[in-house]
Amino acid sequence: MLALWSGFFQRDGSFTLDNVAALGDPVIVRTFVTSLWLSALTAVVGAVVGALVCYALVGVRPDGALRSVVDAISGVLAQFGGVMLAFAFVATIGIQGFVTVVLRDQFGFNIYENGVWLYEAPGLILPYIYFQVPLMVIVFLPALQALKPQWAEANATLGGTTAGFWLRIGFPVLAPSFLGSLLLLFANAFSSYATAAALTSQGQSIVPLQIRAALTSETVLGRENLAGALALGMIVVMAIVMSLYALVQRRAARWQR
Amino acid sequence: MTLADPSTRTSAPVALVDVVKRFPGLTALDGVSLELAPGEFVALLGPSGCGKTTALRVLAGLESADDGHILIDERDVVDVPTNKRDIGMVFQSYSLFPHLTVAENVEFGLRMRGMPTVDRRQRAADMLDMVGLDHHATRFAHQLSGGQQQRVALARALVTQPRVLLLDEPLSALDAKVRVGLRDEIRRIQTELGITTLFVTHDQEEALAVADRVAVMRSGRIEQIGTPEELYSRPISDFVADFVGLSNRMPAEVVGGVAVIEGQQVPLIDADAAPGSVHALVRPEDIVFASEADAHSRPAVVVTTSFLGSLRRTRVRFTDGVEVTLQHEVSHAPGPGETVRVRLTGRPVAVSRV
Amino acid sequence: MSATTTLAPSRLTRWIILGVVGAVFAIPIVAMAEFTMRRGLDGGYDLSRWTIVFTGQLGPAYMPVWQGIQNSVVLALVTVLLMLVLLVPTMILVTLRFPSLQRVLEFICLLPISIPAIVLVVGLAPVYQVISRMLGSGTWSLAFAYGILVLPFAYRAVQSNIEAVDVVTLTEAARSLGAGWVTVIVRVLMPNLRRGLLAGAFISVAVVLGEFTIASLLSRTTLQTALVVASKADAFIAVIFALLALLFAFILLLVIGRIGRGRPERTS
Repeated sequence: MLALWSGFFQRDGSFTLDNVAALGDPVIVRTFVTSLWLSALTAVVGAVVGALVCYALVGVRPDGALRSVVDAISGVLAQFGGVMLAFAFVATIGIQGFVTVVLRDQFGFNIYENGVWLYEAPGLILPYIYFQVPLMVIVFLPALQALKPQWAEANATLGGTTAGFWLRIGFPVLAPSFLGSLLLLFANAFSSYATAAALTSQGQSIVPLQIRAALTSETVLGRENLAGALALGMIVVMAIVMSLYALVQRRAARWQR
Repeated sequence: MTLADPSTRTSAPVALVDVVKRFPGLTALDGVSLELAPGEFVALLGPSGCGKTTALRVLAGLESADDGHILIDERDVVDVPTNKRDIGMVFQSYSLFPHLTVAENVEFGLRMRGMPTVDRRQRAADMLDMVGLDHHATRFAHQLSGGQQQRVALARALVTQPRVLLLDEPLSALDAKVRVGLRDEIRRIQTELGITTLFVTHDQEEALAVADRVAVMRSGRIEQIGTPEELYSRPISDFVADFVGLSNRMPAEVVGGVAVIEGQQVPLIDADAAPGSVHALVRPEDIVFASEADAHSRPAVVVTTSFLGSLRRTRVRFTDGVEVTLQHEVSHAPGPGETVRVRLTGRPVAVSRV
Repeated sequence: MSATTTLAPSRLTRWIILGVVGAVFAIPIVAMAEFTMRRGLDGGYDLSRWTIVFTGQLGPAYMPVWQGIQNSVVLALVTVLLMLVLLVPTMILVTLRFPSLQRVLEFICLLPISIPAIVLVVGLAPVYQVISRMLGSGTWSLAFAYGILVLPFAYRAVQSNIEAVDVVTLTEAARSLGAGWVTVIVRVLMPNLRRGLLAGAFISVAVVLGEFTIASLLSRTTLQTALVVASKADAFIAVIFALLALLFAFILLLVIGRIGRGRPERTS
């Protein structure tokens, strides 16, 4: 499985760092940066909105209809929707999209005045948020449900207020899970491919698309190994994220079981 | 200024007056009235579902009352939110804040009241000392045993010197041995601090052991309130007699102001009981082994006998099929199948209609 | 009275949050539906395209889509089979005979989640070149890759069932009553693991049907890749299929959720 070492080799088998050096190419650096900020932005927005939804679900019966439906929807959107999400957003804010048309006809507001951005990196923001929020709901809900009602009651008997409760007890207790989930969301966006691939047939604004180009390129031979280097780059980023995640968990273990 | 300083004691009289609480499909409290004198330790005792926890929670403000009054220090607090009622509460479990150390947990209520840090730390330390956990101040909840956690919870509730202390089955989740030790400690501390206390439990032995007075609840109402001795020896109903302590149910006749049980005349607790067929409720220690010579003794066959350390309980069956349990000293150890003779001591009994 | 004493938000807050988020999230779905019903330059809506799909009047341009569906179904079945035949017995074996390997197995099974699919492809490309030469480049060969992809989900589903059911005790009881190993597995364990197996199977199906990255980069035809191709030709029909696929996945997950909850609670 770790035949990704191909990144270090050229086609003829000789060991070389040329491909790794190619990672320093400004174009490629730019795509990494794009991937990073895109992932960070959608992760933060997804985390906050997702947390709100989780909060709204506190106290709902776990075996009730509302919960089942939310779980199923979250599952579908978070994990199985890549290509279809792309379609959905084309239908929504594409050139002939529902919202685009409505905004243009009803409000005289043309969102594409400065060029069509749906098919480039900024266009990925909305679709990504669309699956980040459900993912957040899936991974964060258990944490919220682990909040014990006794804490809220004890807080009240000791003279605390609702705001005080969240400030002193709720948020601190939830912080590790929240950060962990945030990191997970980041990793998810960073490695996501399907939606971008479906939306952009040419151009490689984010790293996974660069890899696609490298793998399927017909013009330059030996590019498969560039793909390996790119993959290596991705793995490095993921490894950093995962170790941060482990760090956060370990700090929380100070007072958790 | 120590915690036990009388001048800082703020115990207050507490009363529930005709409190009603309804849930969908169920009336949890059906006009409950209960008074606690300042510094008194009252146990609220009853089976699951009788409403005792609801009563406590209504007093705390964690549930709202549909009707009635709740008086703390003679002020009706029915509309006062929980965090302004100046109460201390110990929950059954899970109530310690997991991300704070033991000391920080105990300081929490003082922090809410705006006490400066130095004073806070000192008071919390004193309180931890009082419950014997001063060496655990920097630990976290999950590092403590169940008994230790409840002691921290107790310290946390008491350090603010609330006007009333509420305990919601604080010992139910603990091991038997820890339970006994901790309940005595709770009583000791409470006596020292003199805080009016309401203690909810389903364990009658616990209630009798620690409380000044016990209120027995059933189906949303208080059946009887009295000292442990009163409840035990003068239960006013079948339910109370059955619930508080063991008792044997023996068929009897009420004739001329006494009960006739197995041919023996026994005085009644309630002298005005109507004549007729009844069940007499006889305590195990009120049935003893006797000799043939004793006119009141009757033959019976031993069914089982259990050794309980400091005493023995033996179950016997009379010739008419009625079975009773005797409680007696350890030295006498009849074997199953043996024939013995038993009689009643003659202490007054409660009766219930058949 | 209860504002400070409960964790839960007030009903109003709850429904505002869920309502707003729900509405925002419904927009794309509605847009998709709206899109598929457009009639053309003269505006207005009709269901003509939907009827085309359901009455099988699609032209030859849609062969790839049907092909893709077929392939995906086959893939799903093969993957589920792989899971049942390889994963489950391994898990049972580890639980019963090699408990010390539990952690290792868990790590291996959960690893694929942290490897982005795209990285997986890069690693798999050379491997698949070899496979293509040996077994041809039929789509079904993707099942091996999918088996790996599906591992974390299937593992979690089956593992939680194994833990809930106390496999060790059941096995010991069966053995003490004289059952042979085959009987133990087939007649004692499998029926009790039905819930986990079903959940694992359904999740695997959902993952396989929704997978795009690997199939696309290895140039195989599945439902998802076909959809992308079709969308370039006729966006409308593609969107219809997409909606249908989403609906199917949703129902699948709803059923899985119900399976998990429907059983009466164990009392302990």
